[in-house]
Amino acid sequence: MSFLNNVITGVSLGSIYAIIALGYTMVYGIAKMLNFAHGDIIMVGAYVCFFAMGSFSLPPVLGVLLAVVVCTVLGIVIERLAYKPLRSAPSLAVLITAIGVSYLLQNGAQILWGAATKTFTPVVSTAPEARLVLVPGQLSISHVAILSIVCCVVVMIALTLFTGRTKMGKAMRACSEDKGAAQLMGIDVNTTISVTFAIGSALAAIAGVLMCSAYPVLSPTTGSLPGIKAFTAAVFGGIGSIPGALLGGVLLGVIETFAKAYISTELSDAVVFAVLIIVLLVKPAGLLGKYVPEKV
Amino acid sequence: MKKRNITAMLMAGAMCFSLLAGCSSNDGQSSTAPSESGAQKSAPAQTDNQSEVGGNADTVTIKVGGIGPTTGDAAQYGTATQWGAEIAVAEINALNGPVKLELRYEDDTNVADTAVSAYNQLKDWGAQVIYGCTTTAPCIAVSTETFADRYFQLTPSASSPEVTNGKDNVFQMCFTDPGQGTAAAEYLKDSGLGAKLGVIYNNGDPYSTGIAEAFIAKAGELGLEVVATSTYPEDTTTDYTVQLNACKDAGADLVFLPIYYTPASLILAQAKQMDYAPTFFGGDGMDGMLDMEGFDKSLAEGLLLMTPFNASGTDERTKTFVEQFQADHSILPNQFAADGYDCMYAIYEACCQIDGIADMDNAQLCDALSALFTGGSFSVDGLTGTGMKWLTTGEVSKAPVVVKVESGVYVTQ
Repeated sequence: MSFLNNVITGVSLGSIYAIIALGYTMVYGIAKMLNFAHGDIIMVGAYVCFFAMGSFSLPPVLGVLLAVVVCTVLGIVIERLAYKPLRSAPSLAVLITAIGVSYLLQNGAQILWGAATKTFTPVVSTAPEARLVLVPGQLSISHVAILSIVCCVVVMIALTLFTGRTKMGKAMRACSEDKGAAQLMGIDVNTTISVTFAIGSALAAIAGVLMCSAYPVLSPTTGSLPGIKAFTAAVFGGIGSIPGALLGGVLLGVIETFAKAYISTELSDAVVFAVLIIVLLVKPAGLLGKYVPEKV
Repeated sequence: MKKRNITAMLMAGAMCFSLLAGCSSNDGQSSTAPSESGAQKSAPAQTDNQSEVGGNADTVTIKVGGIGPTTGDAAQYGTATQWGAEIAVAEINALNGPVKLELRYEDDTNVADTAVSAYNQLKDWGAQVIYGCTTTAPCIAVSTETFADRYFQLTPSASSPEVTNGKDNVFQMCFTDPGQGTAAAEYLKDSGLGAKLGVIYNNGDPYSTGIAEAFIAKAGELGLEVVATSTYPEDTTTDYTVQLNACKDAGADLVFLPIYYTPASLILAQAKQMDYAPTFFGGDGMDGMLDMEGFDKSLAEGLLLMTPFNASGTDERTKTFVEQFQADHSILPNQFAADGYDCMYAIYEACCQIDGIADMDNAQLCDALSALFTGGSFSVDGLTGTGMKWLTTGEVSKAPVVVKVESGVYVTQ
């Protein structure tokens, strides 16, 4: 039973990583840049929801919506101000800019909202009763965990449909393959990338609310570690691949929980990264990533 | 991660200017006169005689250089020690005693090398006494420097024995980590709480590890049964169900948490979710949990913790301090702020007792203050203890206070 309990903990933790990883993977797949500020957008989303629900006593649904709207706008603004001017710069410059934006957001949040940790009010109840009991007294799953898993699957399906079926999705795929050629075909690359950032940031807001509902502490650095973990998950599943991000996220969560339970709580992160290294040695593009050999 | 740390320093450095600019606007507010009782209680006898003179010519101003994180992941502790000290300085200067203090506070972002640069800046400014650092790792780095340069250093909250080890010029206002662990085990032995003990601590943190190891060793000596010891690697860890399960499965009815309040708040919430309700017992790092915005105080009901400072204390001096702090910063002060406040009074009262302080350079002042602190006759009354004295090791000697959370406030046990 404790094995199944660990599976549940792992999958619910992993599905939060997966939602964050979906944002990473979208942006990487299309703009070919690592948006290290992604984790901090999660934090901003959680703060917006926290204040919407706390200071303005809005219902949770409106809080989440507001967080999504603010993060979407923030994502577009960051893209326009920080990344767009560097579109033709070397990728290292963009990477450093992203790290800069990450710290700007963290320190900005600290000035705005203070460094002290806040306790997030979960959007769904986390009381001991708010659980779906599978085996009485032994196996149960909290409503927050169910919500995270459902959200994650819904988001993944929606994104797959969006990139596969819509015109904008097609434009995104074209940009991801070859930006120059896409532009020649009449695709507005800048708008496409902006939309990508908007979607990625909206997902970050949802991830932030879910993460803080499951683990209710909120500080300006809340997003940085999950951001790194989710980035790992995205690489694990194959960066650029939408189902890969989901698979990577869930696997990462499960491996992490198992490593904690059966190997060592201290070594759990080391185990996670050791697994990542092994996977990348065998499949350099990640589990579901496409390996594109460089033509010389 | 290495790369990110370097960028962190650069960014935080840039940000700290704007933050400091923000802080300085509070100075005007905090310099309001303290209440009569606060002044009377704290000022040594000779200052009372001179207080009528007011701004006399032989007033000596001692420049105190403060260091602590006002930005970054430990900013709440650094700002607390800064704000607590500022209130004390305003009170002290309003006393018109023979010594006035001038405090300049530098950000170290909880990074050791930034702390050393902050220290160098303070030296250039002309600091005579170093107040800090707030956190252990930067404090060890700075204390090595002050030892070599001969500056007297008093830290409000860096609690590792490493901070003072082998340095005759460094003193602590807070308990040492092993001291706290030992005191916790002794308290449990005396109070008879908990037959089977579990311990959850952060083994990536010297504070947590220091307390936990001393606690486990002392518990063994005293014949207390520790049934489960579980660790986690860093305070950003979010899931503690595995650690809690380890304690639950071992049948622990008291769980000792020598950790900071942020992870502890998650542990309390997750224990409730899994219907595990042992007595939780924490160290001074637990102080501050009740003031977390949005925290469900019922989670902390029955929580025991050791803290030198109780913000809901009823003595006049605590009340004045808490009121002033709330007026300036609209939050309740925690023990870091109280430790900071006490540090200023310790420096002030010591300086008042030194003859010819006006002509001393930093090395002479350092020797005079160190000799006074370890002389045995010098003691300070403050918010975190009365009759506080210092051992030759630099450790403070004061009684630990255990409080219990009842209906969302501390009740001294």
